[in-house]
Amino acid sequence: MSAPQFADHVDLRLRVNGVVRALDRIDARVSLLDLLREHLELTGAKKGCNHGECGACTVLLDGHRVNGCMVLAAAADGREVVTVEGLASDGQLHAVQRAFIEHDAFQCGFCTPGQVISAVACISEGHATEEREIREWMSGNICRCSSYPQIVEAVKAAAAAENNPPPR
Amino acid sequence: MKPFAYARVTTLEDALAAAREPGTVVLAGGTELLNWLRLGISGPDRLVDISRVAGLDRIERLPGGGLRIGALVRLNHVAADEDVERDWPVLREAIHRSASAQLRNLATIGANLLQKTRCPYFRSEDSAPCNRRVPGSGCGARQGHDERHALFGWTEDCIATQPSDPAVALAALDAQVVTRSASGGRRIAVTDFHVLPADGVDRDTVLEHGELIEAIELGAPAPRSAYVKVRERESYEYALASAAATVELDDGGRIESARIALGSVALRPWRLTEAEHRIAGLAPDDPAVTAALAAALEQAHPVPGSAYKIAIARGAARRALMTAAEVHP
Repeated sequence: MSAPQFADHVDLRLRVNGVVRALDRIDARVSLLDLLREHLELTGAKKGCNHGECGACTVLLDGHRVNGCMVLAAAADGREVVTVEGLASDGQLHAVQRAFIEHDAFQCGFCTPGQVISAVACISEGHATEEREIREWMSGNICRCSSYPQIVEAVKAAAAAENNPPPR
Repeated sequence: MKPFAYARVTTLEDALAAAREPGTVVLAGGTELLNWLRLGISGPDRLVDISRVAGLDRIERLPGGGLRIGALVRLNHVAADEDVERDWPVLREAIHRSASAQLRNLATIGANLLQKTRCPYFRSEDSAPCNRRVPGSGCGARQGHDERHALFGWTEDCIATQPSDPAVALAALDAQVVTRSASGGRRIAVTDFHVLPADGVDRDTVLEHGELIEAIELGAPAPRSAYVKVRERESYEYALASAAATVELDDGGRIESARIALGSVALRPWRLTEAEHRIAGLAPDDPAVTAALAAALEQAHPVPGSAYKIAIARGAARRALMTAAEVHP
């Protein structure tokens, strides 16, 4: 057993949107959200409250949705992160992104990246079968424009599309 | 945020060795600690990350029918556990009514008990009187906004409440906190875990510096159990008051035994022990049950702004008990 090495700066390696990123000498106080926004130029995840109260910073950490502001970057070392920038593939928006557009599920758009990531997780968790359930399991994402009815419709539609994928 | 040094440990031995050093705080899920650091509630020199300590992330059935939940199991994983869903639904419900899906993917069951009060004077970003933040500065809430505060067990020094939902369920279940420290470890009843203001406002729990929670242990299954949370919005909000109830019914459908705990009414989950005894032998919908709960709440001593919570707590207790007993009055 070797004594743990305490340091005020840390070297990090983590996979972000499928790409391994290495960062040296990151201040131990930096949150995962600030790492993404300030060090990796991924500004999709938004800093709303910085207290875990609004959900605008929601990202996937090892496949689970979390508030990026409530995770220390140091604690995410070696983990896999997916942000809204990592959802599209082959030039095609993710089904949830398309559903948000089709259902006008935003006004100002500030909360949208967090809503979209949260919705992707909500659907894969199996918590998007009906409106009441969607409202409960999406409650960690606040929308000041109050686009909730449209967000619910978008999540419902994306969940249904996922269960019955159209022929390609 | 004050600078600190960070290290990650992967064994309980390393965690204990690091945690007992002065100026060191422990990071698990981070959903409370990061805000304490930002607000200056905590300002450590060293932060030891125990989130990857091996062996503390498992749920195991105990001989005799109980359940041992490793301290680092995330709240959503506790609630999704099949044994918890079937045998301890009150815990699953309390977790599902806590925070948000995102926070529950981070927050751990062990550290959930270490949540500090949501009193706005305690959580203030500016300097506000609070004996917990600055000893001797007074209780801002006692002279100011006291509408989210205590009905039981408060003093002039502090009128705050404990905000955890899972803690209320665990108190009703007579769960045990299993700890480890350099000198060994101990078992602490959840009902004895939090410190009331009369015993000092310099600490929230009986946990010593360097003592870590290893697991939460549940005793016999409580399949008839339920959690009721009353709040100002339907989801993602702290309770005004809440209640957890477990009940066992005899062959005639009468209450054989019951356990009831209230949440957000004191600085610890508040068991209604006297009422629990009084309702044994009664049918769940017997008016005497309602009378026993009313009598229990008559013993409340609310701060003025929170007197309205008595009726809410009484109703939550009754509804939790009826739901646990599957009676729909």
